Amino acid sequence: MIEIKDLHKSYKMGSNSLHVLKGINFTVKEGELVAIMGSSGSGKSTLLNILGMLDVADSGEYKLDGVPIKDLNETKAAKYRNKFLGFVFQSFNLINYKTALENVALPLYYQRIPRKERQEKALKYLEMVGLKEWSHHLPNELSGGQNQRVAVARAMASEPKVILADELTGALDSTTSYEVMELVQEINDQGNTILVVTHEDDIAHMCKRIVYLKDGVIIKDEKVKQVRASEYV
Amino acid sequence: MFSRDNWKEIFETIQKNKLRTFLSGFTVALGILIFVSLVGLTNGLQNTFDEFFNDDSTNTFFIFPGRTSMPYKGYKSNRQIEFDNSDLADIEKNFSLFVQYVSPRIDRSGLVKYKNESNNYTTRAVSESYQFAEKTIMMKGRYLNLDDIKGKAKYAVIGRLVEQDLFNDEDAIGEYIDIAGSVFKVIGVFQDDAGDDEERRIYIPYTTRQLIEKNTDKINQIVVGFKPEIGYAGAMAFDKSLDKFLRDKKYISPDDQNGIYIRNVMDQYEQNQQFAGVLAIIGGAIAFGTILAGIIGISNIMVFVVKERTKELGIRKALGATPRAVVSSILLESTFITTISGIFGMILGMAILSSMGEKLKDYFITNPYINLGLAIFATILLIVCGAIAGYIPARRAARIKPIVALRDD
Repeated sequence: MIEIKDLHKSYKMGSNSLHVLKGINFTVKEGELVAIMGSSGSGKSTLLNILGMLDVADSGEYKLDGVPIKDLNETKAAKYRNKFLGFVFQSFNLINYKTALENVALPLYYQRIPRKERQEKALKYLEMVGLKEWSHHLPNELSGGQNQRVAVARAMASEPKVILADELTGALDSTTSYEVMELVQEINDQGNTILVVTHEDDIAHMCKRIVYLKDGVIIKDEKVKQVRASEYV
Repeated sequence: MFSRDNWKEIFETIQKNKLRTFLSGFTVALGILIFVSLVGLTNGLQNTFDEFFNDDSTNTFFIFPGRTSMPYKGYKSNRQIEFDNSDLADIEKNFSLFVQYVSPRIDRSGLVKYKNESNNYTTRAVSESYQFAEKTIMMKGRYLNLDDIKGKAKYAVIGRLVEQDLFNDEDAIGEYIDIAGSVFKVIGVFQDDAGDDEERRIYIPYTTRQLIEKNTDKINQIVVGFKPEIGYAGAMAFDKSLDKFLRDKKYISPDDQNGIYIRNVMDQYEQNQQFAGVLAIIGGAIAFGTILAGIIGISNIMVFVVKERTKELGIRKALGATPRAVVSSILLESTFITTISGIFGMILGMAILSSMGEKLKDYFITNPYINLGLAIFATILLIVCGAIAGYIPARRAARIKPIVALRDD
């Protein structure tokens, strides 16, 4: 599903340049649940941003579902993001004046899906994350965990190839974190490919594979025995 | 781009961001409202100035005799100047190049009676040409003519309100009225745009008045109508030489302010027109400034709106909004608001103006109005400038990488 070869990225900070990714190679197959682990500064968020086409690599190859991702302009990137990817952010990034339902329906709006179908689909995914009753509430009327579940539903709504989650439990307490991870595991069980960036060990071990990143290179890439989040809840 | 779905999304955004909507809408509506009102009031002012004169001819001098304030050529000071019939003839003879007509004017106030009705009116004794000076409009019957003047006929032309007062709803033509003891036959009824006072007047031949007053040849004032083709400069020159001629004839010092006074209507008209013109320029400049302030205001709001939405736009882009979609949604939203509120402000302003009508006449504003084309032009100008002002930050926002926009908390 994801193929990366020799990916480099550096940021210019005045006269110095900071080499963040120093040749990353890895592949993700369909249906995998991968955690990208690393301390801050390891380059894990940069990697995720490049995977999410929110940022562009300096050199290297990136194929998503067999499509080479290169020469991106903003319009093309927007179309690929809409078609291939779903995002879950640490700070939820819901639009605060839209209800849960409208937030979930938004990626579908950019897919030009008719309004009625959009609403139905959005409601279906809200139901899946257990928030059907909350569909007409605004983000500020929901708890952090509920907001993150809305965000997960939004990432799911466009039926993407890959879901990218950046520190999705970073703003949540551990109980809520486990609830959200339980949801992520359920979605993965249905066959969705998910990449989770985290620096928390317990969250990483709820995935099926952990990629350790340090100073811009992969130092370890191993399959792990998945810890079911439901055990904690 | 203009699909129903897009509009729905835009309406939702507008509805849920009321402060933003209100701010930009209010700025535009207020700008247009003030512009329309200012231009309208300036036009109303101009109307009033025009109205001062359009019920009378402007090619007219009114000559008023006075009392001398300095001795001259052996005559003592404090002498009352009087005109008589020979002055009329002299003016006509000496200034035939300029003069169109000359009419005396003798005003007397007195009780006028018809059957059981009576009232006090000003009776103005004039010659037949005085009709031109006042632009008197005949409703029925006729005005005085030369035969009436020569024959010293006891004919009267009465104002519309005189007929209304004395005759109730009956026809006055051919009836006889009693003016301060003399009986006159009503030969005409007139109206005058200047208003009620003028329509409560009675005109009679000046020769008849002189006959009643012991066959005198004295007259109060002289009205001179000059040929319009001599123009403003000609009128000023005529004014000057007429003044000199009369001072010579009546032995009044050229420096005496009080002996004689010529009211030059054309000169007054010119000055008033200039004054009105200056007021129009000032009003126009302020109105233009208002539009400019409106444009700056809406531009500021647009920059602020886009800045405020940076994060939201980042989210939308992460979810698959193309830069084009971002720019068009911002522009459609803002143009929609400014168009609706601009039209609202324009219509409100025009409604206010038309409801004013004559209500502000005491403040020298009559029938304020604005040219519809000008109002629409100003509205469109504001909308277009608002859109341009919105486009620049919107395009910049659309170019910001989502990752940068999302970082911006």
